Amino acid sequence: MIEVVFFASLREELGSESVSMNASGVTDVREVIGKLAEEKGIRWSDLLTRDNILVAVNQQMVDQKAAVVDKDEVAFFPPVTGG
Amino acid sequence: MNIRISVQEASFEAGEEIKGLGKASREIGGISVFVGVVRDINDDDSVQGLYLEHYPGMTEKQIRTIIDDAAARWDVKAATVIHRIGQLFPGDEIVFVGVASDHRGDAFDACEFIIDYLKTRATFWKKETTDVGDRWLSTRDSDIRAADLWES
Repeated sequence: MIEVVFFASLREELGSESVSMNASGVTDVREVIGKLAEEKGIRWSDLLTRDNILVAVNQQMVDQKAAVVDKDEVAFFPPVTGG
Repeated sequence: MNIRISVQEASFEAGEEIKGLGKASREIGGISVFVGVVRDINDDDSVQGLYLEHYPGMTEKQIRTIIDDAAARWDVKAATVIHRIGQLFPGDEIVFVGVASDHRGDAFDACEFIIDYLKTRATFWKKETTDVGDRWLSTRDSDIRAADLWES
């Protein structure tokens, strides 16, 4: 399984903080988004592919071409505003 | 190098943290500190509260990387970063950055570097409660420019 997590305004827009998905047929972040769009609707891919959305795999910042394998944690979130 | 990183709901005691930094080494000649405070006005709107969310685990790793990057550029004998999360209110202390070094120049620069990168790299998000409604904050261009200056 792949654990997908969402934060802040994106979590609120999606109405979800996490989704577990079967890893079969998933090799990169784009396919994670594709699978979410199939299961949840096209609005999900619209929100997850917006220009400002950041992606992390196993808590490392990556781009949407990054590889994803079984047991990975994939996170999507808006630009950070700490400090 | 002594490092202390804490992401917590509880408030912190800056004086105690400064004392702790000073104990790291007898070579320490100075400690530089930044304390961030929640403001009561932002973009001309009155702020009633500030809610902070973070990505547990990733945030702490990123703070560690920022401190290591600072230590690679300047003399850092000890560094402490405390960042609060959850519901805060105007006047509350939100972040503590302290750096102890041999000399003041290194302490000042490393402290400023760490807070500049915290604002643009660490996975925290702020949501304000204002008199015109709740809103998630977006990254300030001035914060991005401040962090970018360290790259040049």
